[in-house]
Amino acid sequence: MTIQFNDETFRDDYSFKNSQRAIDRFPFPFHEDSYMYSVNMEQHQGGPSDSIYEKRFDVDEHYVAEMRDRAMVLADDPLRCQSLPHMTLAGWDLLELIMVSKSEDYPALFELHRDGDNWHWINKPLGIDDHFVFMDETTLPYGPMEYITRQTQGDFCVLDQRDENLWMDAGMITTQADWSLDFDIGMNFFEWHAPVPLAHEKGIFIRALKFLLSIQQGAPARRLNWTMTVNPLLDTSPENYHKWGIQKTSVTPKNLGSKQHLRVELQTFFRLPRSNALVFPIRCYLISFQDIVSKVKWGRRLHRVIRDLPEELATYKGFIDNRPMMLEFLSKYDDGLETSFGVWPEEGTEPPLQK
Amino acid sequence: MNVPPPNSTAPKSTGAKKIAVTVSAIVRLNSLVTRFEFKRCDGELFPTFSGGAHTVVEMQDGDIKRRNPYSLVSDPAEREMFAISVRRDDEGRGGSLYLHEKAQVGDQMRISFPVNLFSLDLRARKHLFIAGGIGITPFIAQIKQLDRTHGNWELHYACRNVELGSYVDELTTKYAHCVKVYYDENGQAIDLKRLLDGQPIGTHLYVCGPKGMINWVCKAATDAGWPDAHVHNEEFLAPKPGRPFAVRLAKSGLNLEVGEHESLLEAIERLGVEAPYLCRGGACGQCETNVVESEGTFVHRDHWLEDDEKACGTKIMPCVSRFEGKTLVLDR
Amino acid sequence: MSKFQFPESIRSRPVYGTLQAHPGKSHLMIADSEGAEAILDLAQRKNGLMVNSHIIFIPKGTDFGKSLQALNPAQYYEGPSYPAALTRIQRVLADAAMGLQIYLSGTEGLMGQAQNEAMKAGYDHTAIQTEHRGSVARRMQCVHCKGITEDVIMDPFQCIHCGLNLFVRDHYSRRLAAYQAVCIDAEDPGNVPPSVELYS
Repeated sequence: MTIQFNDETFRDDYSFKNSQRAIDRFPFPFHEDSYMYSVNMEQHQGGPSDSIYEKRFDVDEHYVAEMRDRAMVLADDPLRCQSLPHMTLAGWDLLELIMVSKSEDYPALFELHRDGDNWHWINKPLGIDDHFVFMDETTLPYGPMEYITRQTQGDFCVLDQRDENLWMDAGMITTQADWSLDFDIGMNFFEWHAPVPLAHEKGIFIRALKFLLSIQQGAPARRLNWTMTVNPLLDTSPENYHKWGIQKTSVTPKNLGSKQHLRVELQTFFRLPRSNALVFPIRCYLISFQDIVSKVKWGRRLHRVIRDLPEELATYKGFIDNRPMMLEFLSKYDDGLETSFGVWPEEGTEPPLQK
Repeated sequence: MNVPPPNSTAPKSTGAKKIAVTVSAIVRLNSLVTRFEFKRCDGELFPTFSGGAHTVVEMQDGDIKRRNPYSLVSDPAEREMFAISVRRDDEGRGGSLYLHEKAQVGDQMRISFPVNLFSLDLRARKHLFIAGGIGITPFIAQIKQLDRTHGNWELHYACRNVELGSYVDELTTKYAHCVKVYYDENGQAIDLKRLLDGQPIGTHLYVCGPKGMINWVCKAATDAGWPDAHVHNEEFLAPKPGRPFAVRLAKSGLNLEVGEHESLLEAIERLGVEAPYLCRGGACGQCETNVVESEGTFVHRDHWLEDDEKACGTKIMPCVSRFEGKTLVLDR
Repeated sequence: MSKFQFPESIRSRPVYGTLQAHPGKSHLMIADSEGAEAILDLAQRKNGLMVNSHIIFIPKGTDFGKSLQALNPAQYYEGPSYPAALTRIQRVLADAAMGLQIYLSGTEGLMGQAQNEAMKAGYDHTAIQTEHRGSVARRMQCVHCKGITEDVIMDPFQCIHCGLNLFVRDHYSRRLAAYQAVCIDAEDPGNVPPSVELYS
């Protein structure tokens, strides 16, 4: 299908919006009426047609606007993209993975022509047409990781694997859920997750690490994570928290439906062949509360999940203060009826709202 | 082939993804070592890989399906062909003998995607390789990778004699100033103490060879004050034959007898029970299995379990470890 | 007494040990203030260690210098501050060979920065020994302006670079040799709780 790219912003006037197609394919993250951490990994080998799981790197209507926002973030703060010196090979691995995937999955938008190490890359939505030599950094305007991730939605953590651990030694992080690459670069898996409450005690990270260390070439994996954001703001960085934090207090019962957004991360994991590193793309999808409740099942369920979430998690995810107001809004869409298992909206079979 | 068990969302793979290949060349390097080259059956390109990676080769030897891991010795950037070098092991259980005696050019086999459990530490200012005999294999691809990325490296390679020096000619011709070869039968030995003394800060040491050599090098490095994080070794264990023993698989509800020349993992697979694995050499941890009940002695041979885990007898690595005694019930 | 038992914390917070003499070609010891006591203890436990040792000491007003010198190390240097000693540390590391043993003791700020230099020279961080002694003040990075404020003992505190009111997190970066400081009144400007001393 042809994608109509939105002309929209993720800052100032926040003109971001989801089309009906984007709402229909939104990755709602709750498969039941409650939430607790789990490793919840599955294979990343396609998914239902037109779902966000179908392609290796999903390209949607927000692509061009997200890339414009990323360029602005990097112009303000180049530290959002860093790569320790030993990670250049992994950067080439990532460039190859994305170029090959996108040109195969979206041939109308992206083209890759290879003649030995002489590569020709065409990115039609962004108007890029570059010839370069693979593995020769001098032939690209940026390092390989930066070059390709300026053209790919989502944040990217590139993890070196050594001593039975993963090390966050490179990344492109401009749409993060409140963590700093500049601070966390060089940390191992347990260290960069250190601030997350409850999960360490439950042994979640030990199991997750064991799983990730054994991810093999040709067998990528994925999971979902989520948090909350006021306004469709992509750059919720700690660096700028003193600027955006105040927006959390701008929510009122009247504007909550349009201002409060559920922020879902599609996390995928690919083994990189030449470097034996692992890349961990974190793709962010935003949806307003009013768009969520347009799906009856999602409205019922989100109310129950938010209501019953442990206080530590609501605090960590940064919405403890606004929770009562969120519940007031969501309770209008919860009639107490049972919901079916699974994340899909099941619009044909779910009973209409009895309120 | 890989049927995911019910009630589980996590992918349970019984090994890395497989590639159907044809044996495209068999080159005898010397009286012990033969090189096997593979092409893909589907005509596609092979994946690239990182130096030090291995592939698990599946061979149908009569009724027995053998799966043996071998280091890839082809150039990691070469996509047309994969190559391994196999040392003939007359005492072993038959995998290497099958390849040496029965495999023919044109045979079809399945090999796994590359898996690397012995990768380079790319932070190293210098890579110092020490190889003994067939232990040269992971370094062949690592050296090609470093050559391509302008890495700083040095190889010290001990062989029994000139005849058995696999790849010596290629290495000394292409990289004369980086390679030093020592022949045991000529009384040449690596002066390890001297070699380890004076290496620049940031050097990483890699050793691959017989167990005795690995222990010798690791101990010398520790004695010379080298940090553990800078010393890497790979010892691939081949499962050893042993006395037959009986096992009950609790989940599958099956009883089985592990034969003298098969591993516990192979016996489990023979019954059609899918069990995860990656290295089949006691190193990767994938096949770790819980013990439900046991009466007897474990013969733990893996590098994965901690000593206290081995002592308490609640876990076993079925790829290389065995059991001697009356009862063994596994959670599989 | 210069030893302090840090409360249990999150996984990124460094954990310090007790210096142990390891075999090695040479020994580099870097200490500030009460950190000297850890070196003195180490020397007492291991005879002959000083023959191949180089001590770099920053007294910060303490008078351990004489006792350290009396250990008779192969090389001894006393500097007025860490920044003053830095180029010397870099010079020593640049020429070092594998087998060098590195011992750090004293404040978290000193140990973190010296560890970072050793890492930059190519040593894995696990190869470097540390023992905390003396002040529990922290080296803090303002996550907003990236400026470092040394010797922070009160929480919250004001960034000496950008002036924001910051609270102290236990999240620690080896690469920056600093803890993370985050704006405390972003959601309610001006509402800053009174400062209290760390660990009080």
